[in-house]
Amino acid sequence: MTDTSPRTEPADWATDQEVRWCPGCGDYSILTAMRMLMPELDVDRENTVFISGIGCAARFPYYMNTYGMHGIHGRAPAIATGLAMARPDLDIWVIGGDGDMMSIGGNHLIHALRRNVNIKILLFNNMIYGLTKGQFSPTSEVGKVTKSSPMGSLDSPFNPISVALGAEASFVARTHDMDRQHMMDMFRRAHEHKGAAIVEVFQNCNVFNDGAWEGITKKQNRDANLITLEHGQPIRFGADGEFGVVVDGGAAKVVSVADVGVDALLVHDEHKPDPSTAFMLSRLARGPFEPTPIGVFRATERIEYASSSTSQLAMAHDNQGSGDLAALLRSRGTWQV
Amino acid sequence: MTDTAPRELPLQELDEVIIRFAGDSGDGMQLTGDQFTSISAALGNDLATLPEFPAEIRAPQGTLAGVSAFQVRISDFAITTPGDAPTVLVAMNPAALKAQLHNVVQGGAIIINTDAFNERNLEKAGYESNPLEDGSLEGYRTYPVPMSQITRDAVAEHGVKPRDAERSKNFFALGLISWMYTRPVEPTMEFINTKFSGKELVIKANEAAFHAGYNFGETAELFESHYEIKPAALPSGEYTNVNGNTALAWGCVAAGQLARLPVFLGSYPITPASDILHDLSALKNFGVRTFQAEDEIAAAASAVGAAFGGALSFTTTSGPGVALKGETLGLAVSLELPLIVIDIQRGGPSTGLPTKPEQADLMMAMYGRHSESPMPIVAPKSPADCFNAAIEACRIALRYRTPVMLLSDGYLATSSEPWLLPEIDSLPDIGVEFHTGFNGTNEDGEGIFLPYLRDPETLARPWAIPGTPDLMHRIGGIEKEDGSGNISYDPENHQKMVDLRAAKIAAIDVPDIEIAGDQDATFCMLGWGSTWGAIDAAVDRLQQAGKKVAHVHLTHLNPLPKNLGEVLATFDKVICPEMNDGQLVNLVRAKYLLDVKPVNKMNGVPFTTAEIESAALQAMDAS
Repeated sequence: MTDTSPRTEPADWATDQEVRWCPGCGDYSILTAMRMLMPELDVDRENTVFISGIGCAARFPYYMNTYGMHGIHGRAPAIATGLAMARPDLDIWVIGGDGDMMSIGGNHLIHALRRNVNIKILLFNNMIYGLTKGQFSPTSEVGKVTKSSPMGSLDSPFNPISVALGAEASFVARTHDMDRQHMMDMFRRAHEHKGAAIVEVFQNCNVFNDGAWEGITKKQNRDANLITLEHGQPIRFGADGEFGVVVDGGAAKVVSVADVGVDALLVHDEHKPDPSTAFMLSRLARGPFEPTPIGVFRATERIEYASSSTSQLAMAHDNQGSGDLAALLRSRGTWQV
Repeated sequence: MTDTAPRELPLQELDEVIIRFAGDSGDGMQLTGDQFTSISAALGNDLATLPEFPAEIRAPQGTLAGVSAFQVRISDFAITTPGDAPTVLVAMNPAALKAQLHNVVQGGAIIINTDAFNERNLEKAGYESNPLEDGSLEGYRTYPVPMSQITRDAVAEHGVKPRDAERSKNFFALGLISWMYTRPVEPTMEFINTKFSGKELVIKANEAAFHAGYNFGETAELFESHYEIKPAALPSGEYTNVNGNTALAWGCVAAGQLARLPVFLGSYPITPASDILHDLSALKNFGVRTFQAEDEIAAAASAVGAAFGGALSFTTTSGPGVALKGETLGLAVSLELPLIVIDIQRGGPSTGLPTKPEQADLMMAMYGRHSESPMPIVAPKSPADCFNAAIEACRIALRYRTPVMLLSDGYLATSSEPWLLPEIDSLPDIGVEFHTGFNGTNEDGEGIFLPYLRDPETLARPWAIPGTPDLMHRIGGIEKEDGSGNISYDPENHQKMVDLRAAKIAAIDVPDIEIAGDQDATFCMLGWGSTWGAIDAAVDRLQQAGKKVAHVHLTHLNPLPKNLGEVLATFDKVICPEMNDGQLVNLVRAKYLLDVKPVNKMNGVPFTTAEIESAALQAMDAS
């Protein structure tokens, strides 16, 4: 960024469409964070694209004054992959919920991550199906009572950060809808990353799963249960930093700093090539009632997919010259009659 | 084998021959057939080929299931089919003989690798006694040749191990057939040296085996004559031999150039469509970007994304893949973006017959998406016509901003024919302009962009791609307000949008149908797609027998040519041969209330000329 005033204002990024999420939905604060971030990124609206699937979160593109496509359920990462390959010049954001991207679109999500396509994926995780009115989702806890699971759901949930790390994601982060500045920081970091970036956003569905994240995101619970990861810093939390995280017996574990000393704490390293430590951190909490890390779990450099594809085209062009159609039609031998 | 000097055998002239090379799927029969085809093409014969292989890569050796065959017909006159029944069968083992004998014409020649007829192979093929000895080959001209042994002897001096030596026996067979039909030696030597470049021993072995076969024909006192097939009187010009899938791949590349757009292909491997992905993946210097997706849905979805970004987008697949792509194609219909879906139809349902052709995806192409989701359909009529069909599908997709279905099939995909190469300059310009400016004003008089404001002539919406200043807009699968493209659940608007989408496709400028055959006939055969060759050949035969018959062949199935109903109504009787249970018949009956009679075939093998001729004669007699 230059020190001149931004080229755009947050209002420039809003469309004339009425936002139709339920009053009180966490999506509003995510939308505001995104609109406020955009001028800071110093990017152009015409070069920005939002792609979504289906679900409440997937309405997001209609509210951003950029190019956008509201696709079909689960397929946004695949649509975005094609766009990113055809147009590596664009900034492409993918928006979806936990049902959209962890369930019906799980396959596309993991493959987009492992390929390292230059798309920024925001996973709005509210642990429930909202648009279809309240069935359990692939991130809902076991035993979740909903209309489709009156005796409690039998499904073990996915942990999106663990899934993303297992899928070879090069950038993995987490934030929550109660902290605009942190959201903006994480979205900015995702935008800066070259390759696939996924940001899980803890998002409250105040109609079908109200307060699901309260145990960690509510102001009075943050000291006890919200761990902010910072690169190069020992992992500490608590009102006075009295708790910390160590690796012990192949797992990350919460300790009292007074017991182990600061030097024993795990120093967070986003750039560690091996994802194992990040994975351990993703497994620290069993649910939103235990100390849970937010921030950048992993940010490593890896070859980006679309630019590799472009390199191959350039290499073929250098080696074989510009494609000559007349020669192609004659490439398997010809004869004269 | 004798040591005598070459004998002077009589050279007999033939107008055509239909040879079927058959062996185990590891025997290299496709390669042998391909090479024989190439030499014959270079000699100026007209030709058509029909490869036939099992779905398994290596089915159990020596079994009927593992038989791989390649039929080639060469002639000194213009032909449109690979021929009904081979006049010459080359059988490399008992299974090949057993699986293919019934195809061979009575009195046909059978060249047999006798070395393979041991007890074990006979048993594997299900023979209770040796057909070479029990008289079951009476009525055929049999030529027993110890191919394996002679090949082993011939290559031994080059230091090839006996086990590897036998791999060259297909070149022995090729050498023998090349002698029989007076094909030149040099092109095959060149082919061997290019194909096996860097593998000196393999080159030597294959060359030696080929020569051994060639010399065997000349010196063994087994053959009474050899044959010559003069060049066919084809229109003059430069020809290449091309199969349908390659012609499609080239057509996609050509369309990109004719539209001045980068080509994007999203695809997932599936038989018999994968070769298009392979071919296009090797053409990166044309700026072709291929993406092997994680599944069929992602393949289609990525193509939709690329189309949104301004690429000429394709997705290639076969029937099961089209089923998976259905929802995404519905999105493409709703988004009104150009996209070409290539379906190489195969036997079904489900996995069905992956390597065998059918034309049974027509209804799926027409109606295989939920709600009213009209999609234009184009179907090539021959292997080389796949090139034109690809360009035509792109023309429609771009001009009308719509997904288009191209229906080829497993027969066109792998069959080949000589193709008179087009002048590049003669190909149509199919380019369209991206939208770059406002096309409306708001109540304050400011310029705005309306993504669903249609061209009054084509009803196409503007194609404004990301990166275009001021035209930021959102599109999606939810119903859109006519003009603005904003979400709309308004009942009248939805009715209007359904009507507009239908009207746009119905009004596509499809060329009028022309009648082939006898213009004044009262009997007509209606076909579409790959049945063209067989119907055309049947028309010839019927005409030679003094019958009057017309042929109407569709390469556009949605919309149908505007004059089709009128043209069909002029005939007293219309039959429709198709490789399905009557899908075009149903469409035509429903649309025109004409009693077109079905002629259906669903056994995984294309129609023979004789089958169509016989169906026509029956239908004529019935009147």
